[in-house]
Amino acid sequence: MEKKKKILVAEDDSDMMEQMNIYLESNDYKVLKAYTQEEAEKIIDSGDFDAAVLDLMLENPDSGFILSHKIKKNFPDKPVIIVTSVAKETGVYFDKNADSNNWIKADAIIQKELRFEQLKKELENLFSRSK
Amino acid sequence: MNKPEIKLKVMIVDDEHGMCAGGERCLKNYAIEEKEFSDKISFEVKSYNNGKSAVEAIRTEQPDILILDYKLPDMNGLEILESIEDKKFLTIIITAFASLDVAIAATKKGAFDFLSKPFTPEELRESVKKAAKSLYTARKMKALEEEKKQVRFEFISILAHELKSPLAAIEGYLRLIDERVKGESLESYDQMVKRSIERINSMRKLIADIIDLTKLESGRKKRNIETFDIKDLITRTAEGFYNYAAKRNIKINLSCESFYVKADQTDIEMLVSNFLSNAIKYNRDGGSVNIEVKRNDKNISLVFSDTGIGIKEEDLKKLFNDFVRIKNEHTREIEGSGLGLSIVKKIVDYYGGNIDVKSEYGKGSVFSVNLANIAEEVGVGKSI
Repeated sequence: MEKKKKILVAEDDSDMMEQMNIYLESNDYKVLKAYTQEEAEKIIDSGDFDAAVLDLMLENPDSGFILSHKIKKNFPDKPVIIVTSVAKETGVYFDKNADSNNWIKADAIIQKELRFEQLKKELENLFSRSK
Repeated sequence: MNKPEIKLKVMIVDDEHGMCAGGERCLKNYAIEEKEFSDKISFEVKSYNNGKSAVEAIRTEQPDILILDYKLPDMNGLEILESIEDKKFLTIIITAFASLDVAIAATKKGAFDFLSKPFTPEELRESVKKAAKSLYTARKMKALEEEKKQVRFEFISILAHELKSPLAAIEGYLRLIDERVKGESLESYDQMVKRSIERINSMRKLIADIIDLTKLESGRKKRNIETFDIKDLITRTAEGFYNYAAKRNIKINLSCESFYVKADQTDIEMLVSNFLSNAIKYNRDGGSVNIEVKRNDKNISLVFSDTGIGIKEEDLKKLFNDFVRIKNEHTREIEGSGLGLSIVKKIVDYYGGNIDVKSEYGKGSVFSVNLANIAEEVGVGKSI
């Protein structure tokens, strides 16, 4: 049997965390929970994860960007998804395909409120690409 | 802090060179102090000696105060005023013939004041000062109005966000249930249902807090000031929290003198409830809450101390702002509207009191409230 893939989830809302946990586990992933940027950094340092789903705003408004940078620097092949509600609340859209945004080191950006299926599809997509 | 000076643009329009030069000299180093907001107003003066150049300059430069000679070689003062559509300035008309007709006509065209020739530099300054103050007050009022609008807008947008997040959480659980992510057994979903109900309850509490707060803020809360025994009220209020506290094995100790106060009962109840609920919510399991109520002449003091998680120094000053919830690893799971202490602050302000907070992170907090002049004379009511 294939070993379960470990997803680092960085999210400060405890309900959102719980829901991602339930959903991803029901889809045969294992979730590594990080409620803060600091907790996420520890997991990143250990290198023991297969992909990351990062809320953009944790204790810093750009925690997600900082964490994705860190991941891509050390593990360029591990898929990273950033989850954000910034677009909805401010109208600022991060289109990661735009040339001006090539500083964003993430493979996908999903807008909140995200649908769980969407998250699942993105993960499957990214995993199949990185194979 | 040194605020920048407010510079008002003054435009003098007069065909007599002496008048223009004199006016410039007289206003050049003149300044007005506005003590209330500690502002200083000074003037930047430019002169024009005919109507045509003045009209052009008024359109392009947009003066704040226009000192306008009634009789100019090419047009009269009223014609100038008529030709400017959007008058954002105040006009002082200078006239050699102080006739009532001119005054009435000029006022109709929007003149602010009159100076009749000859006048002294003091008279000119006095008239400019009047105009400047009037402009200053109008602009200040407008700025305050804007600021109020901004605060209201911010409040509403945070409120919207605070109402949206429980909805998103509940929707998320419902979707998971809908997809039967945990199989067909109902029990597997208990935790999701329980959490959804908790979020609904906290949303309801938020709405109740908003209603309390807006009532207090708008000054529309109907108060029924009456004399009652504070011990009765506090004992009753505390009783409402015994079950809640017992669930986490937290003890509530009440030490309250019995005496009469004159106040609105719902105010005092709201105040005690909010402090008590915080003291329990942010406590550790098995901890305790102490309430101590004392009188000091006509003033009363209420002290709420807990053995809770405490508040970091840097978070203390944020505490009483709307929607502030201190976020850290201990508070993550605790629900709250972030309005409790805003409500408390409004009540305490109403009674001319003050709140003092002492806290040690990891050890507990002490909130002391003093309410002035609400205790009845000793002898009124019963004593212990």
